[in-house]
Amino acid sequence: MSAAHTSPRGRPAARRFSRARFEERLFGVLRWVVIAFLAVITLAPFSYMLLLSVKPIDALLLDPGRLWVSAEDFTLSTYREVLKPTSEGGQGFVHMLANSALVSLGAVVLTLLAAIPGAYAVSRLKFFGGRQVSALFLAVYLFPATLLAVPLFVMFAKMGLQGSLVGLAIVYIAQTVPVSIYMMKNYFVTIPYSIEEAAALDGCSRLQTVRKVILPLAAPSLMATGLYVFMIAWNEFLFALLFLAAQPDKWTVSLGLQQLAGGIEVSKTVLMAGSVVLTIPVVLLFFAAERLLTEGLTSGADKS
Amino acid sequence: MSTTSPTPPGAAAARSPQRPPTDDGRTGPGGPPKRRRPPTGAARENRAGLAFVTPTFLVVLVVVVLPILWTVLLAFQHARLVDIQGMSLFGDWTLDNVTGVFTSPGFWASLWTTLLYTIGATAGSVVLGLVAALALRRPFRGRGLLRGSMLLPYVAPVVAVAFVWEIALSPQFGIVNEWGGTLLGWDDPIAFLSTRSFDVSLLGLHFDIPLALLTVVAFETWRYFPFAFLFLLARLQAVPDGLEEAAKVDGATHTQRFRYVLLPQLMPVIALLCVLRFIMTFNKFDDVYLLTGGGSGTDVVAVRVYDFLTARFDVGAAAAQALVLAAFLTVLLGVYFTFFAKKVQEEA
Repeated sequence: MSAAHTSPRGRPAARRFSRARFEERLFGVLRWVVIAFLAVITLAPFSYMLLLSVKPIDALLLDPGRLWVSAEDFTLSTYREVLKPTSEGGQGFVHMLANSALVSLGAVVLTLLAAIPGAYAVSRLKFFGGRQVSALFLAVYLFPATLLAVPLFVMFAKMGLQGSLVGLAIVYIAQTVPVSIYMMKNYFVTIPYSIEEAAALDGCSRLQTVRKVILPLAAPSLMATGLYVFMIAWNEFLFALLFLAAQPDKWTVSLGLQQLAGGIEVSKTVLMAGSVVLTIPVVLLFFAAERLLTEGLTSGADKS
Repeated sequence: MSTTSPTPPGAAAARSPQRPPTDDGRTGPGGPPKRRRPPTGAARENRAGLAFVTPTFLVVLVVVVLPILWTVLLAFQHARLVDIQGMSLFGDWTLDNVTGVFTSPGFWASLWTTLLYTIGATAGSVVLGLVAALALRRPFRGRGLLRGSMLLPYVAPVVAVAFVWEIALSPQFGIVNEWGGTLLGWDDPIAFLSTRSFDVSLLGLHFDIPLALLTVVAFETWRYFPFAFLFLLARLQAVPDGLEEAAKVDGATHTQRFRYVLLPQLMPVIALLCVLRFIMTFNKFDDVYLLTGGGSGTDVVAVRVYDFLTARFDVGAAAAQALVLAAFLTVLLGVYFTFFAKKVQEEA
């Protein structure tokens, strides 16, 4: 490989050659330094979280710098406390997990229902105002959540939807619809026209074609989009805080964890157990579908 | 929806002109093919397009566009949450909210903080993402695993990771201070998240660095560099190998190849990422709120909006704050697009 560096143009390369070799070595080493650094900064916080969640609080206070947990210290009581219902003196995270799952799944269904027809129209059909609508869908992504928070807060207070999980799921549509449209649109355009034409020749109406031909073909993209929406909804905090803070039985896990930290004296290790409970579903989902998701999000990036 | 799209089978086929007209039934198999199909096809497609886009458009209108318009109205009204029930949509106009925003104590400082925070976090996450993409460009053992785990900060719930940082940086039982004390010989534990300015002496010079703000910027960088990494890696892998090979044969070194071959290829994506991250970070609420609650010199405008809304129930003032924030963002983006976007396009 380095033979290529004895440049074809010959002589004046002597100095450059050594510089090239120096850089070759330097970056060869630097690359591994960077890789190790990245591995540490991404994995260490999560390992730390797991580690603290199985330690009793006294062990943490006694020796905060210790990176392992001894066999006699190891405990799962933190998880028991977090998961037990409030009536039994726990923190009731099971109930919150159910709330979070409900809101997130609701948001997935609602967002897909709202986004699919628009994504299809924008990707496939030429119609009056199509380009403007397409631009609007993307622009929505740039509207700040703070601008939305005030009117939605007021509107929901007015409609009595404050403290309702349905209301929260509706808000999450606003958060996820632009990227959903973008992801699905990018996939729809890769489905050849001829398939649709064949369906049309066989007597399918446009709606039937979409339902019976396009959607099954786009299943990977629908999955990726659904996962994206689920993750955003599961992780969301601001709107949950605004709408649900007053009603503890409706709290999502994110909100519950934050309230737990701010509330009465709860030990940090219990807090970490709660964090693990909150993180695990998303991380599992993500690893199950990593390929799907990263490709769905970045498709089109290599063309821009 | 189904009633408004009575698109017959021929509509899609009409797109390709070389195809024989398949308007089944109307022009029988023997009948002369009348040449009025193409416009009808286009009209039908137009109608189908409108029919399909309407539901999505309505949803976006109701959950995004109308609320934002209402924010604009609220910003110019006396509105408190208690009397919003009886309030009409229009009326009781006032400029108090908007003037109040500019004259309220700490607004300009807060805007400045927001700007510093945004620029720091945007630059940090894009640069770190670029470095990561370059390092992980060529295959090595365990690359797939590392690539997957590098996305963890981005996909993990913000509440959970914020608490991990908070505990790790805690002066009483945080691992960072513990190790800093034993390994680096720090005299006192450092309260990273509650120190407004930290006195550093270097070579006899004394600096005050805004420690809490820097910590929040670091957190934001850490959380969003995977986003930049993902896009930059995808773009890097689309760069044709031949380009770099050619430069290599001509004797270009690593840095030269990066500067003159790769960077121009990546520039459009980098510019796009910067704009996106800038917008998102400028309006960011949860990260700062969870880490510092907006204290110790990290009082970004988004947290102020939240405070106005929930602590004082002053809807009008909150709306005006949010609106002013959005206006500043628009101006900044306008400046960017008129002066810089073209240049990036040309360079690419």
